[in-house]
Amino acid sequence: MKNKKITNSNSVTKATRRWGFLFLGPVLIAFTIGFVWPFIQGIWLSMCQFRLISDAKFIGFGNYVKVFQDASFRHAFWYTAMFAIVSLVIINILAFMVAYFLTLEIKGSNLFRTVFFMPNLIGGIVLGYIWSMIFDGILGRYQTSILLESKYGFWGLIILMCWQQIGYMMIIYIAGLQNVPGDILEAARIDGATSLQTLFKVTIPNVMSSFTICIFLSLTNGFKLFDQNLALTGGQPFTIQPDGTTVKQTEMLALNIYNTFYGSNSSAQGVAQAKAVVFFVLVAGLGLLQLAYTRKKEVQQ
Amino acid sequence: MNKKTVSAANRNKTILSVILAIVSIVYVLPVLAVVLNSFKQNTYVKTDTFALPTGEMSAGFDNFIKGMTFGNYPFYKSVMYSVVITLLSTLLILLCTSMAAWYIARVDSIFCRAIYFLCVFSMVVPFQMVMFTLSKTADKLRLNTPLTIPIVYLGFGAGLAIFMFVGFVKAIPLEIEEAASIDGCGPVRTFFTVVVPMLKPTMISVGILEIMWVWNDYLLPVLVLDINEYRTIPIHIQYLKGSYGTVDLGATMALILMSIIPVIIFYLACQKHIIKGVAAGAVKG
Repeated sequence: MKNKKITNSNSVTKATRRWGFLFLGPVLIAFTIGFVWPFIQGIWLSMCQFRLISDAKFIGFGNYVKVFQDASFRHAFWYTAMFAIVSLVIINILAFMVAYFLTLEIKGSNLFRTVFFMPNLIGGIVLGYIWSMIFDGILGRYQTSILLESKYGFWGLIILMCWQQIGYMMIIYIAGLQNVPGDILEAARIDGATSLQTLFKVTIPNVMSSFTICIFLSLTNGFKLFDQNLALTGGQPFTIQPDGTTVKQTEMLALNIYNTFYGSNSSAQGVAQAKAVVFFVLVAGLGLLQLAYTRKKEVQQ
Repeated sequence: MNKKTVSAANRNKTILSVILAIVSIVYVLPVLAVVLNSFKQNTYVKTDTFALPTGEMSAGFDNFIKGMTFGNYPFYKSVMYSVVITLLSTLLILLCTSMAAWYIARVDSIFCRAIYFLCVFSMVVPFQMVMFTLSKTADKLRLNTPLTIPIVYLGFGAGLAIFMFVGFVKAIPLEIEEAASIDGCGPVRTFFTVVVPMLKPTMISVGILEIMWVWNDYLLPVLVLDINEYRTIPIHIQYLKGSYGTVDLGATMALILMSIIPVIIFYLACQKHIIKGVAAGAVKG
């Protein structure tokens, strides 16, 4: 802290301070256009009724009431939550296993790492079309399609996300595993611990911070998923509710918000913006909660 | 006794290698399926997805030729726009956010801390929260062309980049910059001749994260750009389906293959940097 005070008052900082408009200016302008203003306007519009932004009329929390009455939104919420949890568990178990094997100094581990990480570079839309071709190639033999049954859409998306994300999480776990101090592992071996005991009692507690990061990432990735969902099933199959509204069986939250904004009902934009705010609170809240929880469990080094 | 356990361990490792090799092959199968089907006649893609494109199934290079103008939009144009938008956005983000991050880390006023806090905050905000208002704002300010959309990317993507740069700048000892200042360097020159070279590893990491994000991004450009005029590769591929009732799967696969080959080459060429960059981004984010 003391150190900071000294640097604050030195001549370099003083000279730099005058150039603030040059160093900060461009980012501040772009950040205002690209984030701050749209964010504030978004919160305001979530409490308005409008077709055009210019004639937005304040209506209070009416849009939020409609959000929670919307059957398609509630369905999307539970569907997304299910998806996020299932994909989180599968991706992290497999990614940790692969990372653990690759750090055992086996032959070809560099090649395997290259292969497992590769799908992560392919964009979500392209991934969706690759996998919809593959799933329809398989399901076509049984005269069905990924678009016809929601369970195919669900597990198809899980497989797609595993293919894409395992390599990514694997990299983070490998970095964590390589940081486990060799002498603790050595000590465990001398004390006669079996390799399974070493794994669960020594290695895993020491890579808790990697677990924090990966669980956090896969949870928020699952909740925010959009491109893959749009390209693989686009929400199909659809079912009509008794009250006449349509529920898209495999539509996740982000896609539901998109469809509400840009669907046929242009008077629903206020409701869509309210959904977006609820979505933001959910994603941000989940992230913070999860971080606070796993931080506690980490081994203090 | 000891020898036995060593050889047993070696055997286990060999078995593990073999298992992982098989899994690796399964892992590349989807890409292989794309290659196979890009040479196949459209009608056979659905019925014989996993067959080799031989005999009457083979389409030769027809799918690739058809793919060039497929979907009423020339493929080369979408490649061009993707390249231009990705490069410009990445360069703009690297330049502007490194400057801002250096200033924030060094000046450390209340104002700077507030901006830094906003940046961290923006990292947890999903795009859906701002997509509607952002696209309207971008339209109004005429940021809806490939040459101006980088400003939108800079705005929405500044958070992570600034966060990563600030973390790195704080680790650089101030003495080097002080020495430059004593030698008569002004802040601008100090930044570009002294600080930027030291930031190079972080620049590569941030640059790779931004390239991967912008190149693959679908929603932001589709909402901001006029898609009759400008399409990036993801937009182009998504709109193949919309333009006809049924889509020519063979030609789609040819387009997909053409769009992932550069990505795979880029990956194999800079694999080390990419993996390091991704790990750095994840660990800090």
